Order: sequence, then C-alpha cells, then structure tokens
Amino acid sequence: MGVIPWVSWYALRRYSAYPLGSMAEAVTNSFFGVVRAAILLALWHARPGLGGYDATDAVTFSFLTQALIGPVQIFGGMELAQRIRSGDVAIDLHRPVDLQAWWLADDVGRAVSTLLLRGLPPMLVGALLFTVRLPSAGEAAAFTVSAALAVLLSFALRYLATLSMFWLHDERGVQAVTLLLSLFFSGMIVPLVAFPETLGDVARALPWSGLVQVPADVFLGRRTGGALLSALAFQAAWAAGLLTAGRLLTRAAQRRLEAQGG
Amino acid sequence: MVSRAVDGDAGAATRAGRAVSTYCLLAWTWIRAAAQYPVSIALLALGTMVTAGMDIAGILVMFGRTPRIAGFTAVEVLFLYGTSSLSFGASDILLGTTERLGEHVRNGTLDALLVRPVSPLIQIATEDFTPRRFGRLLPPVLVLAFVLPRVPVDWTPGRVAMVPLMLASGMVIFAGLWVLCAALQFVLLNSHGATKAITYGGSFLTQYPMTLFARDFVRGVTFVVPLAFVNWEPALYVLGRPDPLGLPGWTRFASPAVGAALCAVAAVAWRAGLRRYRSTGS
Repeated sequence: MGVIPWVSWYALRRYSAYPLGSMAEAVTNSFFGVVRAAILLALWHARPGLGGYDATDAVTFSFLTQALIGPVQIFGGMELAQRIRSGDVAIDLHRPVDLQAWWLADDVGRAVSTLLLRGLPPMLVGALLFTVRLPSAGEAAAFTVSAALAVLLSFALRYLATLSMFWLHDERGVQAVTLLLSLFFSGMIVPLVAFPETLGDVARALPWSGLVQVPADVFLGRRTGGALLSALAFQAAWAAGLLTAGRLLTRAAQRRLEAQGG
Repeated sequence: MVSRAVDGDAGAATRAGRAVSTYCLLAWTWIRAAAQYPVSIALLALGTMVTAGMDIAGILVMFGRTPRIAGFTAVEVLFLYGTSSLSFGASDILLGTTERLGEHVRNGTLDALLVRPVSPLIQIATEDFTPRRFGRLLPPVLVLAFVLPRVPVDWTPGRVAMVPLMLASGMVIFAGLWVLCAALQFVLLNSHGATKAITYGGSFLTQYPMTLFARDFVRGVTFVVPLAFVNWEPALYVLGRPDPLGLPGWTRFASPAVGAALCAVAAVAWRAGLRRYRSTGS
C-alpha cells in the first residue's frame, strides 16, 4: 500500500485546483443535458414507455449522462500517453511502484474531483428545470458502487488504449476508434434502451455499457435484487478482465521499452 | 507585410484581400507540416469523419422507434442536421482553434504572436491547420445529397437559392460566435469550458427542430444568442412551416443580416479584448 493513497489524494488536489474551470465545464454539461432532455422527452412523448423507461426516467438519464462524462472520461485519454511519447514513462517504471496501480490511483483522485465539481451541477440544473427521478437511500448507495465500478472500468479501457502507445508511438488513431465505441455503446448518444432489439442486446453485452447505461439503470431503480447484483457483477467482471489484460500488456511493454539517453 | 493606411473602400478591399492571402499562406504552411505524416492524416480524417457522423446514427436510432419527433420527420431532421453540421464544420475549420486563446494567454505565448506583423486572430485561427478537419464536412454533405431530393418541398427558385444562402450565413454566424467566445477569454480566462455550450452546444442544438424546446429557451437562442438563424428560420421557409414563436415572415430571410451584425459585434469585442490584454508574468 504505502504511497498509493497519497497518489490519489494528490490527484484529487490537483484536479480540484481550478474549481472555476471545472464549473465552466459544468455549464456546458448542463446545457447539453437540457438539450438532450428535450430531445428524449419528445421521443418518449411519441413512444411512451419505450424500453421500460418513462419520460421522467429519460430526462433523468440525460442529466446523469452529462454528470458521468467527466468521472468516466467518456472522451478518453490519459496523461500517461504523453509520458510514453516523451519517454518520461521510463521514470515511472523506475519507481518501486506498479505502473498500473500508480495510474489507477491517480485516476481515482481525478474521478472523485470531477464527480463533485462537474457531476453535481448538471443534476442540480436538471432538478430545477425538469422533473427528475431521485433515488432512494438504497438506490443511491447501489449507484455509488456502480459509479465506482464504472470509473474502474473506464480506467481499465483507457489504460489498454494508452499502452498501445508503446507499439504505435501515436495514440490518436486508437483514441479516435475508442472514442467512437465509448460514445455510441455507452448510451451517451442515445440510451441503449432505445436501441433496436439485436443492436441493443449486443451493446448491453459490451464493456462500454458499464460506463453510463448500467450506472444510470441502477440510479433509476431499474435494477433491484438479483438484477442489481448481476449488473454490478457485469461491471466488475469486465473491469477485472480488462485490468488483467492491462497487467499482461504492461509486462510485455516493459520488455519492449528502450530508454535512450546518457 | 506591414499594412499602410490607405484611404477609402479600395483600402478596405486591399486589407481584406491581404488578410485572406495571409490566412491561406499560414494555413498552407501548417498543412505542409501535417503532410509529413500522410498515414496519420488519412486515419485521423477518417476518425474525424466518423465521429462527426455519430450524430446521424443517434438521429436514425431515434427515428427507428417513431416516425415523427416533435412534429418533424426523419428526412426533415436530417435536413436540419446537414445544414447545421456543414455550416458549423466549415466555421470550425476556419476559426475553431481560436478557442485556444485562453491557453495562449496562460502560457504567455500570445506575446510571441503579437510581435509578428500578422493579425493575431489569423495566427491563432490557422494554428495547427490540418486537412483532417475537412473529414467532418463529408457526413453533412452526404446527408444533404441524400435528403435534398427527398424532403417534401415544392422547390421554387427562392427555396433553391435559400439552401446555399442558409449554409453561408450559418457559417458566418458560427464564425462570429467563435470569435466572440474567444474574445471573452481575454476577460474571463476560464470561460472556455462554458462557451463550448455556445459553439459545440449550438451546433448540436441546431441539428434538431426548435419545436422540441420550451418557448423561453427558443426565445433565448433566437434573440440572445442568435442560433435560430443558423438554419431554423431559413429552414422554416424552405420546408414551408409556420414559426412556433409566431415571428413575422421576414425573419426567415434575416440570417445574412444577423450574421453580419454578429461578426461586427465579434470584431469590436476582439479588438476591445486585445487592447485590454496585459501580458501575464511574474
């Protein structure tokens, strides 16, 4: 353990160092929330009960997705990528700390800070302008777990994409592909419940659904009892599998890395 | 290349011409730099194209569930998407990087731009100019090519002429908004995060019919931030639909004037911001 909690703590401090900048981002998130809520409201007006959601669920979903954009970093990217490009990663690898654990700790700090600074304002705006569904205490607790797993899953995915830098030397291509996958299959563009049958089933089985759709379902109380457990297990299983893949890839990358200089 | 004061309209025309040629020269320089990595450019252009087309997938998924949303059919919404996205994409290519102004102020790199004998606006606008951004124009162009023959419109000469006119004035309106939002960063260094709601948010908003939104919201994006003039008002004319706000008929033709006025405001704001700028440093 030792240094790891401190990495998280300093990341939290670093990412909350410019609260005004984060609040400004929250304004944009809230605006998009309002526009998406209006669009989904019209869709659910035309198709009441689509996918088991009612209009209030759909509106809440819009603001939830905007609140989660920051914490699960749906647009991708990691600071580690620049460090691999510049070669600074050699210093990271030299530290007596596991590379993956170090950056996971950093990411947890970032996620907590963004959840507070960029997650709460859109929800607040949603609650002021529309009728949103607020969870019971139990649902809120389940959502906290699910959101934490979503952050873990998001890290596992982005870490894998970032490690490709060791081989490709340029993350932008991979980044572009993963951005598409995460935007579309997370439920960010359109909730997965509104997808056509087969596409919806495929999307639900993919890891990206664990970033937005699953936590949102938990928040909306769509998953209770056994369904809740299986939802959390789904997120945890994907996270565990992808983190393990990340470990194996880290080892391969370490063998590959050649540090230049004298 | 230091400009000399020349009297009259000829002077203004010369200056405008020089600005355009400087812009093209700098953009070309950046393109040549980017062209050193041809595979990267091709892949990134493809990526930009597909990302820009993502909104189409969203629209199609929703219309797969219902034939009409807020009284509009898929073809009509795709018409709005195409016009909005093409105008925005073009303005983004021309001026999108002006959103980095705050970064330049923070890093102190704006000072370096100011000592060069070229307008700092042109320098920032052409920064990192890369051919990959043209990729984002393709989805709206394809959508418009598909949709224009299919919208239920009685194509009079006026309506035909309105389509290119609305694309051009939409681009001018977004151009004004880019510069206005950049100018705001002279005063509010951290405002970039929030003004994205106007630029990117505006582009997203105008892909959909205004009948989706509450009346006060529509009034806001008509009279305060004139996003409704990007494509909504002219589209009402093209599609032959009534205005939900009940504005007089001439507002459907007001987009070019709104664009010109907005650009004038943006120019004043930019100059005021630049005059107010005091270098950072310690």
